[in-house]
Amino acid sequence: MSTDLEQFYEIFFEEAGELLAEMETRLLRLNVQSPDPEDLNAIFRVAHSIKGGAGTFGFADMTELTHVLESLLDRLRKDELELRSEMVDAFLHARDILVRQLEGHKGNDSADPAEVETIIRTLKELENDTGDSAAMVEPASVPMTSMESPPEEEQIVASEAGELADETEQTREMAENAFDPEGATTYLIEFGCDNLAKPVMDKLLADLAQQGKLVNLTGPGNGQICKLQLATRVSEEDVWESLAFLVDPTRLIIKVAGKTADTSSADAITPEPSVRQDQVQSPAADPVPAKVEAQQAVAEPVVTSAAATAPPVTSELATAASQETKQPAKTTTSATTSAPRTKASAESSAAASGESSSIRVSVEKVDQMINLVGELVITQAMLAQTASQIDPVIYEKLLNGLNQLERNTRDLQEAVMSIRMMPISFVFSRVPRVVRDVASKLGKQVDLKTVGEGTELDKGLIEKITDPLTHLIRNSLDHGIETPEKRKALGKPERGTITLRASHQGGSIIIEVADDGGGLNREKILEKARSRGLPVSENMTDQEVWMLIFEAGFSTADVVTDVSGRGVGMDVVKRNIEGLDGRVEINSVTGQGTRISIRLPLTLAILDGLSVAVGDQMFIIPLGYITESLKPAAGDIRTIRGQGRVVQVRGEYLPVIALHEIFNIEPVVQQIHEGILVILDAEGSKAAMFVDTLVGQHQVVIKSLESNYRRVQGVSGATIMGDGSVALILDAAGLVNVTKQRMINAA
Amino acid sequence: MSLTQAAATGDSHHPIGNLASSEFLIFRLGKEEYGIEILKVQEIRGYDTITRIANSPEFIKGVINLRGVIVPIVDMRIKFNLGEAHYDQFTVVIILNLSGRVIGIVVDGVSDVINLNTEQLRPAPEFGGVIDTEYIIGLGTMEERMLILVDIEKLMSSPDMGILEQAVK
Repeated sequence: MSTDLEQFYEIFFEEAGELLAEMETRLLRLNVQSPDPEDLNAIFRVAHSIKGGAGTFGFADMTELTHVLESLLDRLRKDELELRSEMVDAFLHARDILVRQLEGHKGNDSADPAEVETIIRTLKELENDTGDSAAMVEPASVPMTSMESPPEEEQIVASEAGELADETEQTREMAENAFDPEGATTYLIEFGCDNLAKPVMDKLLADLAQQGKLVNLTGPGNGQICKLQLATRVSEEDVWESLAFLVDPTRLIIKVAGKTADTSSADAITPEPSVRQDQVQSPAADPVPAKVEAQQAVAEPVVTSAAATAPPVTSELATAASQETKQPAKTTTSATTSAPRTKASAESSAAASGESSSIRVSVEKVDQMINLVGELVITQAMLAQTASQIDPVIYEKLLNGLNQLERNTRDLQEAVMSIRMMPISFVFSRVPRVVRDVASKLGKQVDLKTVGEGTELDKGLIEKITDPLTHLIRNSLDHGIETPEKRKALGKPERGTITLRASHQGGSIIIEVADDGGGLNREKILEKARSRGLPVSENMTDQEVWMLIFEAGFSTADVVTDVSGRGVGMDVVKRNIEGLDGRVEINSVTGQGTRISIRLPLTLAILDGLSVAVGDQMFIIPLGYITESLKPAAGDIRTIRGQGRVVQVRGEYLPVIALHEIFNIEPVVQQIHEGILVILDAEGSKAAMFVDTLVGQHQVVIKSLESNYRRVQGVSGATIMGDGSVALILDAAGLVNVTKQRMINAA
Repeated sequence: MSLTQAAATGDSHHPIGNLASSEFLIFRLGKEEYGIEILKVQEIRGYDTITRIANSPEFIKGVINLRGVIVPIVDMRIKFNLGEAHYDQFTVVIILNLSGRVIGIVVDGVSDVINLNTEQLRPAPEFGGVIDTEYIIGLGTMEERMLILVDIEKLMSSPDMGILEQAVK
């Protein structure tokens, strides 16, 4: 394979990844009793597109699997087979294998070949199985099937893939196709090829030549536009797809030059499915129209839709065609063949509009932009500071300009930040699969409801929240929702409900996982905690008791299942979420359900903070942890055993964290009552932080200290202030916990 | 014969044979002259406001904002007890880029960039100087000068520097 093709690999990987995700969503949405034809078609198209792409890049394993998948799907979408739930299972399994194969081509672990074998066999069995039974019921459908075999099977890949019974059929079809000018459609293909490397071009030409008779019409002087003429039986859609991976689709034009004149004229224009069924059902139909049918089947789904939209025209033309010979025949051919074009163009324009409304940009580029804008904001702030010292009367225009600059930089910063925002549906869309798999494994019936999928949050968070969220859902499924029998006995509906809800609240995003299951059992948790030697008492609030389930190794499940119950995970969930500066809360009512809420900052990149000064240094305290700031009276400050100090705030004694002691700074203010106390609240534990003065409230860009240095105790990151200097962001939760621990030790 | 050729001849016992470049940036610490591979140097700048980091060793001066990147600054003079650690407009910070990790080092001065060939290189002495021989690639001689060639990447990631995560408990 030429190295020039490699630059297209990335595109293929990304597109295939998206297609497979779409396939999963659609598969999960499928109603086995009455599948939506739109979904079946979409799933078919996914398989087909991936096959096309994989074929182009020579990923034979993927081509083989998608081919088998596609054959089965094709029959499903044509209502030749009935959808069964084991098919959906097989499809999902096949999808997973495709994902792994894709990974394999990216250089990671690939799928196990044996497993691939198995799934291919399963798929083929599924296809043959029902194919036979259908044949018994309705013998007429058999010839139809053979004729309606999808055109893709005629491609080269088919010969590699087909190993079982249908191989003979395919080879026959292929032989028939190989050079059968009759029924071939001639396409005029035009595309911009000025940016195509020669090896890519050669590969493209070779691919096309395999599909039919190819004539290169490109003039020697014309390097911009390549013109090809292709006579093939492959449908226009397929020609389009084999090209679209290599050629810029916006510059690709495929025109139908005309079908080779044959018997098709009269029948070609009666693509109404009912008509065809009539034909098939009447065994008298002679072989010639049947063959035309096969041809017609090439553009089958499309033609049907076209026929549905304009039936009078077609019938009119049909009459005309049957009366006259050549001229109308040509019109009708173009009428029917333009139908797939319309569809294809509609599809591609949809794809094009999708492309124009979003572009792929690497995260590094966005981050670089965020950095640069951050720098711009700093420069702007420096200018503003300098400008504040000049005479506003003389430099009025300059100052006006600076004001405008400030507004513009703010807007720019907001706009750049919003680039990283993505809707949470990216996470939610993976959940139905988890619910489906786990629920069926556990024999539970569960409905999933999602609310607020459009809620946006930072891309970095999206990636990191997926695993914890999945774990919470598994947990709800396993421990929350009861078995159908138990639910019935409790007078609840047999089907449990898990609700996923996302919403914005101030500067945070709240993600909730709620179930209507059994709820948490306070006694059981306390008992378990005691047996594990955790410090618990009967006076603990429900809130505190529920949080115990996040302790490492804590599980109240009586039985360890392979879904959950080993007690590994909930602590990881909590740690992960806290790592994202988030908080977890549990609400639970025994017998009615549990709701776990995750509160996360909207973005990892920006933080609302209060800047405080201690000595000559500046620190940022994340605003989310601050409840209030106050100047204490000297009498409110007490010491405990001469070690720790506490301050009384409205009857509550809070430990004092003296920032200058922690960071070894010489403070300006020595006495607590002369300085300021900032009251912090981290996960319910409060503390008062003693600082010299409050400086102001800022939105700061979080920079990692760890990227070039090690982790520093009490500091969660750094930021750059308006004057270009670095200020450290305090790890409020960490400091509060350390102080709390110290107080406990002292007491 | 250039160093790269030396490497190609498979002289793997000779530590200098493994060097990627034969150009060295020479800086002064007290009276001694040290050389580091030029490819590890990102830029050289003056010393300006530094944000201190609490509870860090004395030789870690703090962090600076280098065009949006937070960069820790190590004072080599304090670390190796060489020269007077005073800071003025002549104080020089060498910004190193060690496999993507950006670190600044404060030195007494930067003199020149020189090209050394294998004849000018001597293996590191057995006895340790201020810098442990483990981190010394070799000695370079140039006329009357003796240059101590430091494996700066290894030195900076060593546990007693305390810059990397693994170094602290």
